[in-house]
Formats: sequence, structure tokens, C-alpha cells
Amino acid sequence: MANKESDQRIPSSLEKFILHLHPNRIDSRAIKFNRTFGLGGILALLFVIISLTGLTLRFSYIPTVEHAYDSIIGIRDNTILGQFIRNLHHLSAKLMVLVSFLHLIRVYYSQSIFQKRAENWTYGLLLFFLVLASSFTGYLLPWDQLAYWAVTVITQIVEYIPLVGDSLAYLLRGSDTVDGNTLINFYTLHTGIIPLLFVVLMSVHFWLVRKAGGVALPKTEEKEKVDVIPNLLWKEIMVASIVIGGLFIVSVFYEAPLLDQANPLKSPNPSKAPWYFLGAQELLLHLHPFFGAVIIPLSAALFFFGLPYFRYKNVNVGVWFNSSLGKKMSIQSSSISFVFTFILIYILDHFLHFDIWFSGVPSVISTGVIPFLLYTLPLAGYLLFWYKNHKANNTEIIMACTSILLSSYVCMLLISLLLRGEGMQLIF
Amino acid sequence: MKLNRRKFIKRILIVAASIEAVFLLKDSVSKIDTFSSKELFNAGKADSFEKNKLYPFSTGQFFLKRFEDGGFLAMSVKCTHLGCVVNANSKTGGFNCPCHASQFNKFGEVLSAPATRPLDIFPIRIENGEILVDTRKPVKRSSYNKSQLTYA
Ligand code: HEM
Ligand code: FES
Repeated sequence: MANKESDQRIPSSLEKFILHLHPNRIDSRAIKFNRTFGLGGILALLFVIISLTGLTLRFSYIPTVEHAYDSIIGIRDNTILGQFIRNLHHLSAKLMVLVSFLHLIRVYYSQSIFQKRAENWTYGLLLFFLVLASSFTGYLLPWDQLAYWAVTVITQIVEYIPLVGDSLAYLLRGSDTVDGNTLINFYTLHTGIIPLLFVVLMSVHFWLVRKAGGVALPKTEEKEKVDVIPNLLWKEIMVASIVIGGLFIVSVFYEAPLLDQANPLKSPNPSKAPWYFLGAQELLLHLHPFFGAVIIPLSAALFFFGLPYFRYKNVNVGVWFNSSLGKKMSIQSSSISFVFTFILIYILDHFLHFDIWFSGVPSVISTGVIPFLLYTLPLAGYLLFWYKNHKANNTEIIMACTSILLSSYVCMLLISLLLRGEGMQLIF
Repeated sequence: MKLNRRKFIKRILIVAASIEAVFLLKDSVSKIDTFSSKELFNAGKADSFEKNKLYPFSTGQFFLKRFEDGGFLAMSVKCTHLGCVVNANSKTGGFNCPCHASQFNKFGEVLSAPATRPLDIFPIRIENGEILVDTRKPVKRSSYNKSQLTYA
């Protein structure tokens, strides 16, 4: 044996620590960059960066209505590297939302969520929720107009949930409107409870990855195993350096926004939710709240949590898009749903005024059921076409459903973010 | 039914979590109540308000409307869609929301979506000819009717 010598070398304690996170030897296909794109690792790194910068910001931040805004100004103007650290925190948080989404897409389309990985998909979704929750709670802290009205709009959406909505919104805000009690709530969640939950869930998440035997790979005859140190470790260091370097450079030039101090007497026009929630806000513009805030979010959540557990006929764990038919359908259905959502929103905004035409019938029907069917029926017909004409089985059909949902959300988000101006009117 | 240790602990946890949830949702988290410490909002002498006119009270966060017949109605400035502050529309006598373009008539009822219910109202009391508006708890309503008016 040629490398007998290295086999017997006792690893240093640092190496031992790394080997607690990774196995000793690993399938060479698992560390190809286009298997995971390093997304999970980047998320872990971002968590560390956000924690360190966040803890630093905590030295100067004061969570009260009187002082919150001024303390951010103090960080910006009178603290050495203050604005840089704030930019770094802000930018990493944005990136974390984006990367979590990409990571979710990666594990889903590489069919890595079934059988022994099903449980970890659940933990992943919970982590995704935590990422959104920390961004959202952090959003309020600067106590500027952006923060105040974004949080007002979102907590108001919660009130539309039947029965518990009002008390849930009250619980979140600690009050009837967004005020000092809300600030304290959000501060505690943002800098205490959520980071703590992160650590717990991340540990479980990592452990379950290893328990499932590492990254999901297609079945094959011959496997080539390589040492984790240096093969994987080297790649991890490369990716981490690029991310850290990139973030540092951008943080020098990019300025984390800070508008005027929050003024509960004056809403800016337009008042938008945080960017990652804009898809949901867009939905509420077109659909009765009972659909927009209850039925659709609830069924979407059920659908995503259920994904690993539906009865599939032919899952090929670790195979991108499951099959070549799956790949074709995913690409086509996401494009079609993107265009379809776009057109539907355009005509809903400009031509279809169900609330006025059917002012006699209850609004749940005129602005709820009707637009809902207008969206679902054509898409259901589209899926039926694949089923009839191409013998697509349920694995591919469900994958197309997921693609349709994700791509519609992205489309709504982009419309709301880029194409809506004053009074949330379309700018074309 | 067999109850082993694990099941027992699991159930205890579920029961504890549910009790906690009920407590939290029944707003038993005591915080400084930023509202009830406030007093009634004194809007001034009732006869100083002209009929058929709208008076904005931005610090009290309400519009005081006096109708033809002398009845008063205090409507919250908060849009019932997602909570932005509505503006008075001097042409229609109603209200427009800057955020998603909801429109309300002079009674606060919805003229055009996305809002689904009329502007909330605040109870009014008239004591010694002075108008006292209770801005602590907005009252939700599904439509306007005459009983919501207060007369001097
Ligand atoms: C250990 C955990 C964390 C601590 C101690 C922390 C601390 C803080 C503090 C003190 C602020 C207020 C200063 C400011 O607004 O610039 C803040 C803001 C913020 N945080 Fe965090 N944070 C943590 C994690 C996170 C995470 C995981 C995210 C999202 C993925 C996040 C997103 C944000 C955002 C979006 C802001 C607003 C930034 C701005 O506009 O200035 N934070 N954080
Ligand atoms: S908040 Fe007024 S229309 Fe949306």
C-alpha cells in the first residue's frame, strides 16, 4: 500500500474536529461542485458571519422607540467600521434568504428528499422558516419608515387568518399596532430565540445528512472513495474564501438602506413588504384574503411538507429531475407558469374587475373563487396534457406542480418588486 | 392501552405546549399596555364642528365626521386592507389608501377592493358639550348604519 504512511498518521485535533463533521473517506462524486454547488456549506458560513456581525451590532443598538433609529445613525456615522459591519450583516442576511431558496431547489430537483432523507427535508423547511423569521424580525430593528410599514403590512396579513388571526397578530406585536412592545418582541426573537433555534436545528440537520450516508447519489456499480482531507476540505476553503472576499468587497460599496425615522402617521407610497414576502403581498392584491392569506399558504405548506411522502412509482434518488422526461417537464412547466402568471396578473389588473362586475355576490366568490379557478384550471389542463400525451407518471407530474408553484411565486415577487410603483399600480 | 415512558413524556410535552399556546393566544403576555394608559381623546366642543364636514385628528389617528343631521362618527385612519394610513379625498368626501388603492366612501364603506370591510370606528361620548373619543380599541363593523352615529 502506497499511502500506508498517511493512514497511520495521527490527525491533529483540528483535523479531528473536521472529521467529526465529515466522514474519513467520501465518494468522489459527492464532492463534485455541481452535486451540491456548496450551497449548504455557504449557508453555514453565512450563519457564522451574521452571528459575529450581529453580536458586534448589539453593542451599540438600543431596542426602544426613542433610541433605535438614533443608535443605527450612531453606528453609521460615529462608529469606526460601523456602517461596514452593518452592511456586511445586511448583505449576508439577504444572501442567506437567496441561498436557502437555491439550496431547497437543489435538494429537491436532485431527488434527495426521499426515504431516509425525508426527515431532513422537514428540518430543512423549518430552517428555511427560521431564515425568513430572522430576516423579518431584523427588518423592524432600524425603526425607519421602511421597517415600520413593512412590519405593519405583514402583521396585518396575519389578522386575516380566521379565528386565531387577531390574537396571533396581537401576540406577535405585543400590541394592537406596531409600537415599542413590537420592537422588544422582535429584538428578543431576532437576537436570542431564533439564533438559538438555528444552532439546534442546524446540528440536527448536519447529523441527519451523515446518518443518511452523506449527499444523495445515483446508484452505480463502481465507487471511488477519496480522503476528505484534503480533497473536500480544500474545496470548502476555496468556496468560503470566495464568499467572504466577495461579501467584504461589496460591503465597502453597498449601503444598507436607512430611510427617515418611522412615522406611524404617514404611510409611504407605495408601502411594500420585505422583498422575499412580496410574492405573498402580490397575491393579496388579486385574491380575497381568505384565499390569499389562508387557503393558498396553508395548502402550499402542506404540499411542501408532504413532498417526500406522496406515493411515488419510480423515484431515482440522486438523479437530477428523476428522468429526462422529468427534466423536460420541469423546465417547460416553470417557464409556462412564469409567463402565464405574468399575463394573468396583467389582465387582472387592467381588464378584469370582478369586484365591480359581480358586486351582488359575496366577495369570497367574486374576488376569491373566480380568480383562483382562472389560475388553477388552465394549469390543471396543462398537466393533464402531459399525463395523457406523454405518459408522465406521478413523480414527474408532482415535480411539475412544484415547478409551477415556485415559478409563479418568483414571478409575483419580481412583478411586485420591480414593476409596481405608486399606489402599487403596474408601471406599464 | 400501554403507556410506556416515552409515550408518557411525549404526551406531557404535548399537553404543556398546548396549554402554553392557549395562554399565549389569549393575550396573557403582560406588557406595558400602551393603550389603556392613554386617556380619552378630547376633540373639543361639539358645536364647534360644522355639519357635513370632515375633521382629521392625526395625533388621535382618526377622522371625525359630522353628517347632515348633526351625528358624529369617528373613523380610524388605518386602512382595513393592510393597515396603511388613508388620506381624505376632498372630491368624493371619502378616503383613498396610498398603498394598494382601496377607496372608501364618506361612511368609511369600501368603494373598491382590495379592502374588504369598512374603516373601523372609535366610540364617542359627549360630556358637557365636549367630544370624547375612545381611541383605545377600534371597533370593527361590516357596514355602516345609523346607530353608529353619536348626537350632541
Ligand atoms: C446571531 C444572530 C444575530 C444577531 C445577534 C443579530 C443582531 C442584529 C442587530 C443588533 C440588528 C440591528 C442593527 C441593524 O439594523 O443594522 C440586526 C439587523 C438585521 N438582521 Fe440580524 N442578527 C442575527 C442574525 C440574523 C439572521 C440569521 C438574519 C437573516 C437571515 C438577520 C437579518 C437581519 C436584517 C435583515 C437586519 C436589518 C438590517 C438593516 O436594515 O440594517 N440577522 N441584527
Ligand atoms: S393598505 Fe390600504 S389598500 Fe392596502
